[in-house]
Amino acid sequence: MTLNVAVCIKRVPETGARITLTADEQEIDTSYLGFTISPHEECAVEEALRLVQLHGGTTTAVTLGPPAAAEQLRNAVAMGVESALLLVTERSDWDPQATAAALTEALRDGGHDLLLFGNESADSGGYQVGIRVAHALGLPCVTGVKHIEIADGTATVRREEGGGWEIFEVTLPAVLTVKEGINLPRYASLPGRLRAKKTEIALVEPAWREGDLRKQRLVVPEEQGSHVEMLGDGRAAAPRIVDVLKELGVA
Amino acid sequence: MILCLVEPGQLSREALAFAQRLGPVQAFSIDAGEAYAPGAWATAIVQLIEQHSPDAVVAAASDRGQEAMAHAAARLDLPLAANCVSAEPGEPWRVVRQRWGGSLLEEATLSGAVKLLTVAQHVVGAADPVPVEPFTPELSEADLAVRVVRREEPPPGTVSLTDARVVVGGGRGVGSAEGFELLEELAELLGGAVGGSRVVTNLGWRAHADQVGQTGARIAPDLYIACGISGAIQHIVGCKGAKKILAINKDPHAPMIARSDYAVVGDLHEVVAAVIEELRR
Repeated sequence: MTLNVAVCIKRVPETGARITLTADEQEIDTSYLGFTISPHEECAVEEALRLVQLHGGTTTAVTLGPPAAAEQLRNAVAMGVESALLLVTERSDWDPQATAAALTEALRDGGHDLLLFGNESADSGGYQVGIRVAHALGLPCVTGVKHIEIADGTATVRREEGGGWEIFEVTLPAVLTVKEGINLPRYASLPGRLRAKKTEIALVEPAWREGDLRKQRLVVPEEQGSHVEMLGDGRAAAPRIVDVLKELGVA
Repeated sequence: MILCLVEPGQLSREALAFAQRLGPVQAFSIDAGEAYAPGAWATAIVQLIEQHSPDAVVAAASDRGQEAMAHAAARLDLPLAANCVSAEPGEPWRVVRQRWGGSLLEEATLSGAVKLLTVAQHVVGAADPVPVEPFTPELSEADLAVRVVRREEPPPGTVSLTDARVVVGGGRGVGSAEGFELLEELAELLGGAVGGSRVVTNLGWRAHADQVGQTGARIAPDLYIACGISGAIQHIVGCKGAKKILAINKDPHAPMIARSDYAVVGDLHEVVAAVIEELRR
């Protein structure tokens, strides 16, 4: 059986060592930041490509976001995904329920065997969009997945739990939300990049619904001002380090 | 009334303390059979809501808490505020929740017939134990369709990153997979575990299971020794639970140094080798 896989991804800023907000405190100031596919979802893209390499089939990347989110869809295409769908919106006030409803409508008639999501997005971290889409489509769902094997229309998946593994078996079609570590995402190839430039991205305007979880403003938490004790430079610091290890009771 | 879901462990006692600030609490544990099934837990939450009409349901932001609450929210088409650090009942409720693993906070309003919240890890002190009523839901076959069919336990005697008293972490500065041998040696001397930044696991120098960070393990050792790690937000999220941090870095301006309690400026290979020598004396 070949697999028709859709991967839902999210455009997020590449934060460095410090987060700065816009003046209205509604967004992260991204004037000096690049954007990327949220890490768990980049692994979902890689997993889709590996599964289709193994079983044959097709891959589609889907995102809801501003017109600029086409960049992340093109990144997915450059990695090897065949087609891309952008649920394009200028609004930024999509809560998890609204996002899931829009994705559900877009995926409902896609005939997908597998819908892959990230376990949670790097930025808003709601831990629920994949689960909500699964419910709306009446599909089984496993979250936090770190290994997928597919045979005879059944996915056997593993996830970490208490240092060990929990193993689930679900019948396809199914929704799986994956975590980083399931694979190491490939770099885009040069032919992939060229193809990504030329690929036409399908555009749909999703229907927005008023959310019940409404962001009012963002706040950068105060850093607990830690006092740094300098123990010295280079190897000469070793005796002092060992003193500290003993003071802390770890050596 | 606030309904609090209680699992074994510290996180649920934190969730309980969070719930107690919101109003009178009734605490329940879910008894839905031996094999964990997210659908069965969701059904339990839905039936508890039907039977007790709480104002809110509060659970820990544990893997299961997060998953079961999201399933229940999806079934009831209710909003779910994940990873809350505080909440204030009212019309609507006001919540503060974590974004970016806690590097950023979001103030939000939460409406809906019943408020569903999960409580961010380690931001609220644990409550004293209270009586917890076990709840056995009435389940249908569909609730058990997705369930754990098998478990694999970790090899005995493994020091896991999340339980270790000392973690020795390495970043790009370690330079190679082989460079970690030195860190392994130090960790062994201290009875600790070795971790790495996301850069290191992405480069394949360490397995992803060793990653300390927003997309890896959140550690809480007595001491974290950060070697050649610059200190991106992604990494800080994973190690800020450490009681003390010792940073070793060539760059005195590395953000990791500003976030540490003790710092050494220098080449980590030289410093770590000298520390090992000193410990062996």
